[in-house]
Amino acid sequence: MSDIVEKTLTALPGLFLQNQPVGGAVAARAPFCSRLGSLVRGITALTSKHEEEKLIQQELSNLKVTVSAPTTTLKVMKECMVRLLYCEMLGYDASFGHIHAIKLAQQGNLLEKRVGYLAVSLFLHENHELLLLLVNTVVKDLQSTNLIEVCMALTVVSQIFPREMIPAVLPLIEDKLQHSKEIIRRKAVLALYKFLLIAPNQVQHIHIKFRKALCDRDVGVMAASLHIYYRMIKENAPAYKDLTGSFVTILKQVVGGKLPVDFNYHSVPAPWLQIQLLRILGLLGKDDQRTSELMYDVLDESLRRAELNHNVTYAILFECVHTVYSIYPKSELLEKAAKCIGKFVLSPKINLKYLGLKALTYVIQQDPTLALQHQMTIIECLDHPDPIIKREVKPQAYKSVNIFEDYMLVKEKHSITLPHAVLGTVLKASCMGVRVPPAVPHPGPVLGEYSYLLGKDTAEEVITKLYKLLLSDSVSSETKAWLFAAVTKLTSQAHSSNIVERLIQEFTVSLDTCMRQHAFELKHLLEDVELMRNLLPVDKSCEDMVVDASLSFLDGFVAEELSKGAAPYKPHHQRQEEKLSQEKVLNFEPYGLSFSSSGFAGRQSPAGVSLGSDISGNSAEMGLKETNSLKLEGVKKLWGKEGYLPKKENKTGDETEAPPNPQEAITMENVDQIVTKKDQSQVLTQSKEEKEKQLLASSLFVGLGSESSINLLGKADTASHKFRRKSKAKETKSRETTSAQDMPCSSLGSSSSVTYEEDYYLDNLQGRVDTDLEKFSLNSELLDSDTLKEHPLVEELSNCSLSTPSLFADSNMEVFHPPESIAASIDNEPSLASSLLEEATEHMYSDLTEVCNNETISVSAYKIWKDDCLLIVWSVSSKSGVDLENANLEIVPAENFKITEQPGCCLPEGEAESTKNFQYSVHMEKPCTEGNLSGFVNYQMMNTHSAQLEFSVNLSLLDFIRPLKISTEDFGKLWLSFANDVKQNVKMSESQAALSSALKTLQQKIRFHVVDVIGNEGLLACQLLPSIPCLLHFRVHADIVALWFRSSCSTLPDYLLYQCQKMIEES
Amino acid sequence: MILAILVFNNHGKPRLVRFYQHFPEEIQQQIVRETFHLVLKRDDNICNFLESGSLIGGSDYKLIYRHYATLYFVFCVDSSESELGILDLIQVFVETLDKCFENVCELDLIFHMDKVHFILQEVVMGGMVLETNMNEIVAQMEAQNRLEKSEGGLSAAPARAVSAVKNINLPEIPRNINIGDLNIKVPNLSQFV
Repeated sequence: MSDIVEKTLTALPGLFLQNQPVGGAVAARAPFCSRLGSLVRGITALTSKHEEEKLIQQELSNLKVTVSAPTTTLKVMKECMVRLLYCEMLGYDASFGHIHAIKLAQQGNLLEKRVGYLAVSLFLHENHELLLLLVNTVVKDLQSTNLIEVCMALTVVSQIFPREMIPAVLPLIEDKLQHSKEIIRRKAVLALYKFLLIAPNQVQHIHIKFRKALCDRDVGVMAASLHIYYRMIKENAPAYKDLTGSFVTILKQVVGGKLPVDFNYHSVPAPWLQIQLLRILGLLGKDDQRTSELMYDVLDESLRRAELNHNVTYAILFECVHTVYSIYPKSELLEKAAKCIGKFVLSPKINLKYLGLKALTYVIQQDPTLALQHQMTIIECLDHPDPIIKREVKPQAYKSVNIFEDYMLVKEKHSITLPHAVLGTVLKASCMGVRVPPAVPHPGPVLGEYSYLLGKDTAEEVITKLYKLLLSDSVSSETKAWLFAAVTKLTSQAHSSNIVERLIQEFTVSLDTCMRQHAFELKHLLEDVELMRNLLPVDKSCEDMVVDASLSFLDGFVAEELSKGAAPYKPHHQRQEEKLSQEKVLNFEPYGLSFSSSGFAGRQSPAGVSLGSDISGNSAEMGLKETNSLKLEGVKKLWGKEGYLPKKENKTGDETEAPPNPQEAITMENVDQIVTKKDQSQVLTQSKEEKEKQLLASSLFVGLGSESSINLLGKADTASHKFRRKSKAKETKSRETTSAQDMPCSSLGSSSSVTYEEDYYLDNLQGRVDTDLEKFSLNSELLDSDTLKEHPLVEELSNCSLSTPSLFADSNMEVFHPPESIAASIDNEPSLASSLLEEATEHMYSDLTEVCNNETISVSAYKIWKDDCLLIVWSVSSKSGVDLENANLEIVPAENFKITEQPGCCLPEGEAESTKNFQYSVHMEKPCTEGNLSGFVNYQMMNTHSAQLEFSVNLSLLDFIRPLKISTEDFGKLWLSFANDVKQNVKMSESQAALSSALKTLQQKIRFHVVDVIGNEGLLACQLLPSIPCLLHFRVHADIVALWFRSSCSTLPDYLLYQCQKMIEES
Repeated sequence: MILAILVFNNHGKPRLVRFYQHFPEEIQQQIVRETFHLVLKRDDNICNFLESGSLIGGSDYKLIYRHYATLYFVFCVDSSESELGILDLIQVFVETLDKCFENVCELDLIFHMDKVHFILQEVVMGGMVLETNMNEIVAQMEAQNRLEKSEGGLSAAPARAVSAVKNINLPEIPRNINIGDLNIKVPNLSQFV
C-alpha cells in the first residue's frame, strides 16, 4: 500500500527523504508556525475568557483581510486556513473563510488541496449550500491520474457530500471498486458506505458490487465492506442469511491465522475484523437455529483460541460471548461462554470488570442459573476489606440503574463481607426480579429498598425470612446490621408488625450495642408510623439528601452549654493525649506506653521506647517520657528491636551516664555518632563470637521486627543489613574455595563496587560501628575474590533480604543499590579509557519499594537486572498475622512484555508465615520506552473470605538493556550490517569533562559496554534483551556530543537516543 | 459508528475536534465542554467507558476515552462499536501520532493541527475504522510527507543530487537525515518555494 505514491513520485527527488517524520517539517513552515504560535501563546497567557475572545476576534479580522485580498497566494491561504480551523475549533465563527476553503481545494496544488479539503470537511455540513461548489472539484479529482488526488476526493466524499449530488459521482466511485490499488478500493467502499447511510435507495443497484468487495482479494477491502454489511444486516437480516457461510469462512480463516502477519495486532490476527465478523454473525443467527448451527464451530474455536495476552483479545472474547448469547442457544457454548466471563470479572482491570458485568446481563437474560456461578465471583471480587469504608454505605449507591455506575460507587466507597449462603439466596431473589442489584454487594439494603419489585413476596414474608436470618448464629453482626436496616425499611411498607415487634423484643436486650441501637430506633419509629413513612419512603433512595455535615443547627445549643460552664469539645486525639500526660504521676504499665508521633502503639521492649524517643526531636517531650519509662541509664542493653545489641548500645549507656548534667542528655542518634567516631579502632577488635551472636540474634528477631517495629530513621534494620552482608561475604568465600573461577581477576571491577558500597554505607549508615567492622572484613574478602557477579549470589542476597521485607517496606530507605550509581568512583582511576573498558559486572538490583498495601498485607517489589532477563520479585508480607499460605499473586498479561513465573525463589524455612515471595522474569517483546505491569494478590482472610489487592509496577526500557560485549572488529561488522540509524547532537553542561562524563553516564545509566575509545570518539554497544543489539558511536566536540545509533531494530535507536539525551542532559 | 473524536487537554481546551455527524457549531462546543466535565471527574482507576452526555444522544452512545499525560482522547461511539476495540484504536492512533511526531506532545497537536487531522483521516474515515495497522498509517503519512518535501524542494533538487552522488559509496552515512541537520537545511529550502 505504501508504494502507491511512490510511483506517482518517481520523478520527484524524494529519495533522501525516506522515513522523514512529520514533525521534521517544523521549520519549513516557520512563518506560519510562529504566527499560530504567538496566537496560541497569547491565548494561554490570557486569564479570562473575555480576553481570549478579544484576541481571537482580532486574529479573525486579520485573517479576514488576508484571505479576501486578491494578492494572497494559495500558500498563504493554506496557512490562513489552518489558523481558521484553530479558531473554529475553539468555537469562534470563521464562516467568512468557508468559501476560501472550497477555493483552495479547487485551485491548490496537492498540499493546498489537501488542507482545503480538510477545511471543507470540518467547516461545512451535508446540507450546506456551499458544498455544491465542491462537487465539480471532487469529480475532477476522482478522474485524476494522481492517486493522492483520488484518495483525497474519496476521503472528502466519505466525510461530507451533498445527498442530491450523489448521482454525479456514483459511477466514478463504482469504477474505483475495480481500481488496482487496494487503498483506493478500500476508500471507495467506505465512500459507498456513506451513500448507503445518507441515501440508501441510490445505491440499491450496486449491492452486487458490495458482494464483490466482500470477496476482494485484499483483506482491507473486505474488512471495509463489512461496515456496509453490518449496516444492511442490522436493518434486514433475513435478506443476507445466504452470506452466513461466507462470514463464517472468513472468520475461520482469520482465527486460524491465515491472514498475513501485517494484520496482526499484538500478535492477535486482525482483531477489529474479528470483532466486526462476530457482531455480524450475532445479528444473522438471532432466533434462527439453522443459521446459528453454521457458526457454532467457529464460535467454539474463537472461545478456545483466545489467549488472553492482550486487551484486544478480551475485546474479541467479549464479542464472542455476546454473539453466543445473541444467536440461537446451544447449551454447551452457553456454558463455555459463561465460564469465560469469569476471566473478565476476576480481572483486576476495571475495564474488563465492567465488560464482565455487561456480559453478565446477556447471560441473565438467557439463563439466570448460568449467571449464578458468577454472582459469587463478583461478590468476591468486590469484597473490600476496609471496615471504615463499610460504615459509609449510602443508599445513593443505588442511584443509578446502570450496573456499572453502581459498581464503581460500590467499589470506591464500601463493601461488605457476607456469608455466602445469605448472599446466594438474597442475590438470586434480587437478580431475578430487578435488574439493578446483580452487581451490588449489598443485598440487605437492596432487599429493603426494592423487594417490593419482586412481587412474589409481601413485605411481611420478606421480614419473616430476614427475621430467621437475624436469629441464625452463622450470620456476622455486620450482616445482621444490614439485615436489620432492611427490616426497618420494610416495616414501613408492611401492614402488620407482629414479627417486627418480636424482633424488637429480641434485640433490645441484645449484647451487641449496634443491634440494640437499631432495635431501639425501630421501636421508636414504630410508635410514630407517620414519621416512619416519611423517613423511609418507597423507592426514594435515589434522591439526594442534604446533610449539614457541620452540624450548624447545634451551634445554639453548644453556645448555651458553654455559657453554663460546660467544657468545650475536644477531639478524640486531644483527649487521649491529655489523658496520657496526666498519667505520668503513676504508671502501672510495665514498660510505659509508647506514643511516638510515628504512631506505633502497644507495648515495646525497653529499646523500643528509647528508640521511640529518638524520633521525637522534642527534648521536653523526651524528658517527660524518660521519666515515664524505665530508667535506662547504667543498664546494659543487650537486646534491642533489631536484635542483639552488642557493644554499641553498651557504649551508649556509658555515654548517657557520662554527662554530669542529665538535662544535657543527647539523643541516641547523636550519641551513636560520637561513639562511632571515638571507637572505630576499638570495635575492630570485636570478637568473632560476638559476630556469630549478632547473626543469630538478627535471624531470630527479624520476624518479630517485621511485625511490630517501625523504622526509625532507617536504623532499625541494621540487623538485617548485618545479616545480609554476612551471608554475602560467606557466599563469596565459599565460592572462592569450591570453584576456581575462570574469569580473569579484575580487581578493578570488584574494587570499584566495593568502593561504591563503602560510599553507600557511609552515606546511609554512618556511625554504625559494627557495620564498619563488617565492611572492613568484607572489603578484604572482596578484594581477594575475583567477582561478585554470579547470579546465585544475587539470589542469596535477595533471599536474605526478603526475610525482613516489611522492615524496608515501611520506610523508603534505600536498602539496595540504586542502579544509577553502580560502578561509581571511575573518576578516581588513573586511566580513563582502560577503566571504562572494564565493567562492573555485578548484578544490579533495585531497592525494595512498597507497591501497595492495606491494613492486612503489604506488597513490595524489587527488580533484579539479570544478564538474561529482568527478574521482578514481589514480596507479600502480612501485617496482622494473616495466613499467607494460600496467598496467590497473579500478573496481568501486559502489552509488549512477556512474563514468566520463576518458581525457584523460596524463603528460608520458618519465615513463610509472614512473607511470601513471587518471582517473575520479564522480557520486553517490543521496544517501548515505558510500560506497566499490574497484578493482584489473592489471600485468605481470617474468616475464610478471600480478598484481593491490586498493584502495579512501572518498567522502563532501561530495565531490559544490557551491555553487549563485542570486540572492535565485530563492532565494525555489525555497524555496517545494521540498517536503522539515528543521529543526534546533544549539548552537555560545561562543568564536565565531556568525554569522560558522557562515557560514564552511558556506561552506568544505560549500561552500554564500552568497546573502544579512540581519541575523542567512543564505540559502545548494548543489547535489548533477549538479543536486539544496538551500537553507538559517539564523538565529543567541545561541549557537544554527537550520538549515532545503529541497530537491527527500527525503533530501538530512537528510544535509546531519547534515554541517552535525557541522561546526558541531566548529568 | 464513531460519532465524534475529541481531544482536549486537562483544562478542557480542545486540541482536536472531529465530528462525523453534523451538529451545529455551538452544540459542538457544548458537547466538548460537557464531555470534558464528564471525563474530568473520573478517577484514573475507574473504567474508561461512560455514557455520553445528553447532547449527543444519551445512553445509546458511549464515550470511550484514554488519558495520556496532558491530553484526553475521547471517542464517542454508538452501540455498534466494541468498547475494547475502540480503546485499542485510540492507542493505535496515539502511537501513530507518536511515531509521526517523534514523542508526540500537546504542542504537536496545536502546531500541526492539520497533520493530526490527516493522520486521523487514515485511521477513521467518515466515522468508520479505515485502517488499524500502524505501519500502514505511518507509510501513508510518509508518502504524503514526501510529497510535501518534494513540492517544497523542487528547486533545491540539484544541490541534493550533488550530495547524493557524493554519498553514494559511503555506507556509513545514515540513510535518513537527523533532525538536527534538518533544522538547518529546511529554512533554505522554503525560500525556493
